[in-house]
Amino acid sequence: MRLVRGPYDVRIPPACQLSRARSVGLSLIGLLAFFATTGISAAADKPAPHAAKPATHAAKPDKVLRAGEIHHSSDPVVVFINQQIRQAWQDNQVTPSPVADDEEWLRRVSLDLHGHIPFWKEIDRFRKDKTPNKRAALVDKMLDDPAYVRNWTTLWTNLTIGRQTPRQVSRPGIQKFFREAFAQNRPWNEIVYDLVSAEGRSDENGAVNYLLAQMATRDEMVLATAKTTRLFMGVQLQCAQCHNHPFDPWKQAQFWELNSFLRQTREVEHRTLNRATGQRMTDYTELVRTDFSGPVYYEKRSGEMQVAYPIFFDKKIDAGGQVDRRKELARLMTLGDKPYIAQAFVNRTWGHFFGYGFSNPVDDIGARHPPSHPELLDRLSQEFIKNHSDVKALIRWICTSDAYQLTSRTTNKNVKDDPGMGHSPLFSRVYPKPLEAEQLYDSLLIATDADHTGKTDWAARQKQRDEWLQQFIIAFGTDENDEASTFNGTIPQALLMMNGQLIERATGAESGSFLHKVIDSENSDSQKIQRLYLATLSRHPHGREVGAAEHLVNLYSDRLPGYQDLFWALLNSNEFIINH
Amino acid sequence: MQIHVPNGMSRRHFLNHALTSAAALPAMEFLMHLEANAATVRKNQKACILLWLGGGPPSIDMWDLKPGSKNGGEFKPIRTAGGYQISELLPKTAKVGDKLSVVRSMSTREADHGRGRYYLHTAYIPNPTVVHPSFGSVVSKELGPKRPWLEIPAFASIGGTSEGPGFLGMANAPFVVDAGGKIRNAEMDKMDAERFHNRLSMLEVVETGFINSKRGEAPQAHADVYKKAVNLMTSKQMAAFRLQDEKPEVCAAYGNNNFGRGLLMARRLVEIGVPFVEVTMDGWDLHQQVFNGLKTRLLPNLDQGFSTLISDLTARGMLEHTVVICMGEFGRTPNINANVGRDHWAQSWSVVMGGGGLKGGRVIGGTDKDGVAVEGKSYLPGDLWATVAFALGIPLNTVHTSKLGRPMKIANGGTPIQELTS
Repeated sequence: MRLVRGPYDVRIPPACQLSRARSVGLSLIGLLAFFATTGISAAADKPAPHAAKPATHAAKPDKVLRAGEIHHSSDPVVVFINQQIRQAWQDNQVTPSPVADDEEWLRRVSLDLHGHIPFWKEIDRFRKDKTPNKRAALVDKMLDDPAYVRNWTTLWTNLTIGRQTPRQVSRPGIQKFFREAFAQNRPWNEIVYDLVSAEGRSDENGAVNYLLAQMATRDEMVLATAKTTRLFMGVQLQCAQCHNHPFDPWKQAQFWELNSFLRQTREVEHRTLNRATGQRMTDYTELVRTDFSGPVYYEKRSGEMQVAYPIFFDKKIDAGGQVDRRKELARLMTLGDKPYIAQAFVNRTWGHFFGYGFSNPVDDIGARHPPSHPELLDRLSQEFIKNHSDVKALIRWICTSDAYQLTSRTTNKNVKDDPGMGHSPLFSRVYPKPLEAEQLYDSLLIATDADHTGKTDWAARQKQRDEWLQQFIIAFGTDENDEASTFNGTIPQALLMMNGQLIERATGAESGSFLHKVIDSENSDSQKIQRLYLATLSRHPHGREVGAAEHLVNLYSDRLPGYQDLFWALLNSNEFIINH
Repeated sequence: MQIHVPNGMSRRHFLNHALTSAAALPAMEFLMHLEANAATVRKNQKACILLWLGGGPPSIDMWDLKPGSKNGGEFKPIRTAGGYQISELLPKTAKVGDKLSVVRSMSTREADHGRGRYYLHTAYIPNPTVVHPSFGSVVSKELGPKRPWLEIPAFASIGGTSEGPGFLGMANAPFVVDAGGKIRNAEMDKMDAERFHNRLSMLEVVETGFINSKRGEAPQAHADVYKKAVNLMTSKQMAAFRLQDEKPEVCAAYGNNNFGRGLLMARRLVEIGVPFVEVTMDGWDLHQQVFNGLKTRLLPNLDQGFSTLISDLTARGMLEHTVVICMGEFGRTPNINANVGRDHWAQSWSVVMGGGGLKGGRVIGGTDKDGVAVEGKSYLPGDLWATVAFALGIPLNTVHTSKLGRPMKIANGGTPIQELTS
């Protein structure tokens, strides 16, 4: 059984084809032995997955095809997750894909938790680790790493203010806010409370930048209303600005009632003199509370004017000017044992790891997009709240669930589990996700060990990173502050990867560079090739790759160009650029 | 920035190297291209140029003025060469008005930017189960394969991203070029063909392995995009993007702004056989100060570029084969708001079309005296694209299959607008 086919096989020495077949053979033979040593019951296990039994009793561990270990968490929430997902597999007659091998899983969890691929040295170390619950232990370790904070800060900074910083917004300000929030593992409901109710200077109270970013045009906080409900509550209200929502139960009145909570807001720009240029420039922006009181007015399509008072769904508040409406809104949004913000955050976070949420798009949990696993989403949201909206705890539940251990490959027993086709996801595999631009850049740095070349200062490196990212980022420039996360494999991006400066430098093999170090070492060709594969694809080469790589390297008398070409090919490959 | 096609990188040169070094590594599928063929085939190629006015242009101030009404606004109408009236701020366009027609009876319901943009580009309302292709992608799919000598993408989008290819796949995605015409990283300096070929061969090995590991469609799509990128890099047709090759008077006539340059580039691309080019001008989302906004930058640039494009196409004998369509995602409210602006309005608005053998000087439908409701028959985006399909010779019963296996009619079953086609 070979995983790679092609018309070129005749040219490759047969020896190279054995590695794959050999490893599969070994795994079949060694499976039972392996299970015996790790204590997982081998008696009932056969090496191949079989069709699901009728759904009655609680789950047995699923069958594994390869020697991948699966440690089942005993946390009651995770047990519930596993049971619900397994139930849906059985109900839908889908057999899950096998467990991902350690290399695949490590790369995925590194990208998901830290936003970049693992450093090559960690791969073999992790693979050889024999601890039974090493995956769960690694998740804990990664959550304690500053890279987690940095990654989650990037995610939420982009979600709140976009990738292109609006004029009056302080990006460092809001980054600081999120960095502190995630480093301290502040409860999510408190984070949302701050983002909605904050006042003060953009450079001092970072949370104000969220609303400032929605106030680029004086639109009476319309964009802020739509964004707040969508981003934090998973409710898409923007259509209701002008009329009752055509599909969901939202009424136009509700849009404006929510909007009236945000109307006590004004931004004040503070400028200062730039001594170097003699020009006045923005120093900081201030988000100030006004004493706006009473209702807001809006026009129905018929032209009839209506009033809307600050009512949060069915909860009224005092409409007087002395009441701080944003604090009230923040309070109302975050109270209760099942507020919208809980299921929105759970759905989005689940989607971050699995590639799809229970409801998709992740910020539209409405009647039109009923959740695939409603009981599960419900229970997870409740547990999240009961657990003080603990973000790390939620991540831990997700990452230690059985489903997250699975490979991203499809088998012929779960082909129909394809949310890309519009079906509800069943999570019988972890769906591949394209790398975000930041993930790609950071992974390229890791793969080419660029950070260790100890060159320029942080600010210069940040500037370089921002410039490179700009080449991937396109904004639509409408009043809704839309952005496309554009890493979708278009020609300009392919050109950037093939010929751009970053890759050129990485494959340049100058003294001190990673490639140079690999080539210059005492290792054999095969070890060098392995090193390059580990550094980029986070795995060992297999099958005809070995032969092709060795062939390539031997094409040139001084060998260097062959290694450069190999490195180039690995960095440009589909496998590098997809998070699977 | 100069985009120079390196002399050593002609297609023929590249292929020669590929063949001689074929013994070294697996054969390159990438470059086994059909060589450029008879020049005669390439003349009179049909094309469509879409002028996309992003944000929703106030057609009540541009193409369908209501001077007597309270909604009339600040501008007065002037007569065009086609007999109908348009804004006084579009005088040059008025002079070529006989080549253009106005559809004053669009009524499209979707007044949200994202939804409107999707609807106007794809002719379908957004739907969670399927992503429909932008019409440019449809044209790329239908006409692209008929032009195997075309080495650059069959769908170019200048100054904006358009909408994506949906279920037609990344192979038909818009090739997005920035308004300045820069195509960054299109060159492979300092590398000889053989070396590049070796790299690509190794890349193919790695990519094929991943494609065969059954992880969905993204891996193959990636490989496809790379193939196209390589074709692009090595093509002489890249010269079409070089505006420097044009006489300065021509550049000046189109206007010294991104939109003008984009239109000139569109003409050049159509000239070498690209069947669909979209040129975007943003900034039409005039919730505030609509008249100032129109007066100061938007209408002058549109007037200059649009009129020059029509004249230039006419002078070169290209207008007959090139449909030109000018629109945004919706119109704007007849009612002028408190900020002296107009808000989103999809109920009644106008689109301008011409060229491609369509009739000019016609007015299709109309609105009431206040510009609020369409009187008589109204039209949908599908009808616009059906009209374009008609002009391009794409059969209207062409059906594509979505990923779910659903048959999807092009132009969502719209019908060509009779007054334009006969």
